Amino acid sequence: MAVTETEPSPGWLGKSVKRKEDDRFIAGRGNYIEDVKLPAMLHMAILRSPYAHARINSIDTSAATALPGVVAVVTGELLAQHNLAWMPTLSGDTQAVLATDKVRFQGQEVACVIAEDRYVAHDALELIEVDYEPLPAVVDPFAALAEGAPLIRDDKDGQTDNRIYHWEAGDPEATERAFAEADRVVTVDTHYPRSHPSPLECCGCVADVNPASGRATIYMTSQAPHAIRTVFALVAGLPEQNIQIISPDIGGGFGNKVPVYPGYVVATAASLLIGRPVKWIEDRTGNLISTGFARDFHMKGELALTDDGRMLGLRVTMLSDQGYAYADAQPSKLKAGLFHIVTGSYAMPAAHVITDGAYTNKAPGGVAYRCSFRVTEASFLIERLVQSAAYDLGMDPAELRRKNFIRPDQFPYTSATGFVYDSGDYEAALDLALEKAGYEALRTEQAKLREEGKGKLLGIGIASMTEALGAGPSRDYDILGIKMFDSAELRVHPTGKAILKLGVRHQGQGHETTFAQIVAHELGIPPDDILVHEGDTDNTPYGLGTYASRSTPVAGAAAAMVARKLRDKSKTIAAHLLEVAEEDLEWEIGRFSVKGAPDRSKTIQEIAFAAYTDHPPGMEAGLEGVHYYDPPNLTFPFATYLVVVEVDAETGEWKPRQVVAVDDCGVRINPMIVEGQIMGGLTEGFAMSAMQQITFDEDGNCIGANFMDYLLPTAWETPHFDLYETCTPSPHHPIGCKGVGESATVGSPAAFVNAVVDAVAHLGVRDVDMPVTSGAVWEAIQGVKGGG
Amino acid sequence: MFPSEFEYLAPTTLDEALSLLAEHAEDAKVLAGGQSLIPLMKLRFAAPAILIDINGLPGLSHLQEDKRGRGFLRIGALVRNAALERSELLKARYPTMAAAAPLISDPIVRNQGTLVGSLVHADPQGDWGSVLLALEGEVVAKSATGERRIPATKFFDGPFTTVLRPDELAVEARVPAPGPRSFGTYLKLERKVGDFATVGVAVSVSTERGVVTRAGIGLTGVGPANIKAVDAEQALVGHRLTDKAIRRAAELAAAASEPRTDVRGSADYKREVVRVYVARGLHQALAAKAA
Repeated sequence: MAVTETEPSPGWLGKSVKRKEDDRFIAGRGNYIEDVKLPAMLHMAILRSPYAHARINSIDTSAATALPGVVAVVTGELLAQHNLAWMPTLSGDTQAVLATDKVRFQGQEVACVIAEDRYVAHDALELIEVDYEPLPAVVDPFAALAEGAPLIRDDKDGQTDNRIYHWEAGDPEATERAFAEADRVVTVDTHYPRSHPSPLECCGCVADVNPASGRATIYMTSQAPHAIRTVFALVAGLPEQNIQIISPDIGGGFGNKVPVYPGYVVATAASLLIGRPVKWIEDRTGNLISTGFARDFHMKGELALTDDGRMLGLRVTMLSDQGYAYADAQPSKLKAGLFHIVTGSYAMPAAHVITDGAYTNKAPGGVAYRCSFRVTEASFLIERLVQSAAYDLGMDPAELRRKNFIRPDQFPYTSATGFVYDSGDYEAALDLALEKAGYEALRTEQAKLREEGKGKLLGIGIASMTEALGAGPSRDYDILGIKMFDSAELRVHPTGKAILKLGVRHQGQGHETTFAQIVAHELGIPPDDILVHEGDTDNTPYGLGTYASRSTPVAGAAAAMVARKLRDKSKTIAAHLLEVAEEDLEWEIGRFSVKGAPDRSKTIQEIAFAAYTDHPPGMEAGLEGVHYYDPPNLTFPFATYLVVVEVDAETGEWKPRQVVAVDDCGVRINPMIVEGQIMGGLTEGFAMSAMQQITFDEDGNCIGANFMDYLLPTAWETPHFDLYETCTPSPHHPIGCKGVGESATVGSPAAFVNAVVDAVAHLGVRDVDMPVTSGAVWEAIQGVKGGG
Repeated sequence: MFPSEFEYLAPTTLDEALSLLAEHAEDAKVLAGGQSLIPLMKLRFAAPAILIDINGLPGLSHLQEDKRGRGFLRIGALVRNAALERSELLKARYPTMAAAAPLISDPIVRNQGTLVGSLVHADPQGDWGSVLLALEGEVVAKSATGERRIPATKFFDGPFTTVLRPDELAVEARVPAPGPRSFGTYLKLERKVGDFATVGVAVSVSTERGVVTRAGIGLTGVGPANIKAVDAEQALVGHRLTDKAIRRAAELAAAASEPRTDVRGSADYKREVVRVYVARGLHQALAAKAA
């Protein structure tokens, strides 16, 4: 698929090695949380609130407790006795473990039953009697900030309204000046709907607190086991050496499995109090109604331009609907994540980004669903704005982009909001996409169909996305103070085989193969000889976890660096074995040889054996190392996505006819895995643009708490994808990689929406909010027909 | 997602099933394909004390024509949607049904779910109800005390409600054999495969010498139950399928719909889709007749 012919690499980069982990997944021999079964294990079920906002007058657990097989019923009141009724969120807010005073969203955890089996646990839930006093629900974030709105967080001292944060980036004065000089201002006012990562495997844990040893072993669906261990130590007051978090195989995460959820905490507390292992397996409704949702940004973007299409400035106001707790998993210093990357791929002289977060009676969260901390919303807004601006100027949307791209010679480029873009060639990606799609012919066909007026329309949508990922440099990026480095530990065994241990935790991304290839490339040990181990905090070095496309930029760099450390040591050993000076050796992948005498050489396997059997006097034995990598900067992958849709003008029905994706993530370690990631991302981008939203009625009832209401696309409607690449290496990453797992989710929604809008733009339509259902398209057409 | 406790009974003869139904009546639910009932039980929206599984009963898997009278198609209570989808008989003689079968939910549901079960479940977003209304089919219900045939027009009694008595088992659906010049189709707007219909339209037309002798139009998802667009049907009978007649029928069908605004679309939108789809279905009939 790749069109950029790269030279065949002598090493292991750029090789589509089959995924080492797939054999066990395909054969059903993985080890997921549901597979973990311990002796004397109990089962937990969660009672959830039917109300979005209600005072709890009383909870009667007597009938539930009396049901045979029930061991305990845990309420907030019980947890409060142990100071565990509330817990901190990753954004420094607090969140109820089990409600004590009020419930604040429909689906909130109210009580838990611990029973001998899961059926009894669920039956007992129906026997718990809760006396609720319903309160007015706040479902609109604008209403939440209005005078006199019901106070949601009356539990927090000093909280007098529903505002969570106000945060700004950029230069207001410079932006003001840019707007004053502008010939025209184009506005897009849109809502990026609340969506949900909805991994196929829901959350769950098995908490095993051993009353004799005091050790807490917690098997947990976590993308960030080390961070969770530290949070547990802080929340529960357990000594950190006595906590072992094990993330077994994980059936997808997409950001959903970064936060700490009440279920984990209650199961652990219950195991501690009862002295037996407690298992909690979340059901689908529980996952959709209560765990980390994504997006829900209300955004207004204003783009200042000259009449000849030069961008002068960007002003963005954004209100984030956070639910009842501010529980984003994101760098703590950045209140709206990396949303201020909203200037996108463009040389924007000035920008001002004004953000606010509001509490509402909805589930907490705002996790980065397959994106790097809110870059998805940012990318969507700027790419929608550019298309609207092009229509306004009478320019081709591709040309307007080309005219304003940051040029290759401008890198490193410091953006108006303070990012330092590492490298890029945006025009090359755009040109390739236009060429592969046959852009000129498509425009001709579009014009012809419009002229025919038979009701079939064609739309072409482009998104030229740049994102910022790989958090991150420790000066700016931390979560609750813990710096966002990551780590790798490499042990080469005497027989030349190796184990690589990482602080990240994959959920299907292919780490067991990709990171083995990195070490293979640096050290010459074939990937099949390298076991990649993740997810057990007792047996891996500390790291912040896998999300936000950070694993390859940060942990991948750590893997390369630790391999280089061992290569350095190997050189000393090789010199000793070959009885030459180190300067006389040269390295080719897998061996050191004497300069000028290539037959005199030692392979890495021979060197590894010597490290344990014949190491130089005075040198420490063994061939092991660890590296903590603090990235000097984020990486900035980019892409152009081009979507062609057919629209039925009568009913608003639309479907993608062609999807062209040109991704540039720098050096590709395993192109097959990268392409798999891009296809998955495009599918999710299509899903968000076409069909997904979690919405609420006026009483705060959640609509979207099962897969009949919250839609996942199937193979039937998911379009075919044509993938291409350009390659602009990251100048600061040890092997030139950028992250890629999320690029297509971030960038493609705007391309889909732009395509549908483009199909009906000649009628005067400028905007259709996501999800772009056929009904929404029809309403948009009626809106302009009615003179709107 | 765990159902409440229930007792499971699996009779092996029809008589046994009917006597169990007579005995347990209000406490029991019949399990056929289970594609609606099981999810409802797992969500605890339904909690029957007793499940009577009819999958082991003989003689309910027939899909065949009966030549008596004007002739009719018999669809046994255990005929799966997948069998309907693959049926050459349907493709040759019952085009409305042949068009609807592949649009029922997704392939996994079609492998298990049954047409009769869908009728009995009476979800206003169920597709088969509209098809049966358009085709003027009927449901055969048996009980320990006898048998009755209930016309589709009398069968549905509101959302998720039919006129079946608790002791009755729907054993068969029947659809009259088409006349010599008949055409039909089923058009469905859904957000994705497997979603319930935003709008579904069943169309069936018979003609003689170009004049419509019988018209059937059923609407899905646009009212508290499946709707038979009687005014639209009557406006077609006795007329040729001219653009004007089609436009008129489509408007009457739209007027007969009672959609509600929800996440699938506004009431206005759904009404408009009814109009467009009825017109498209009838135009397809015209094209098929010409061919």
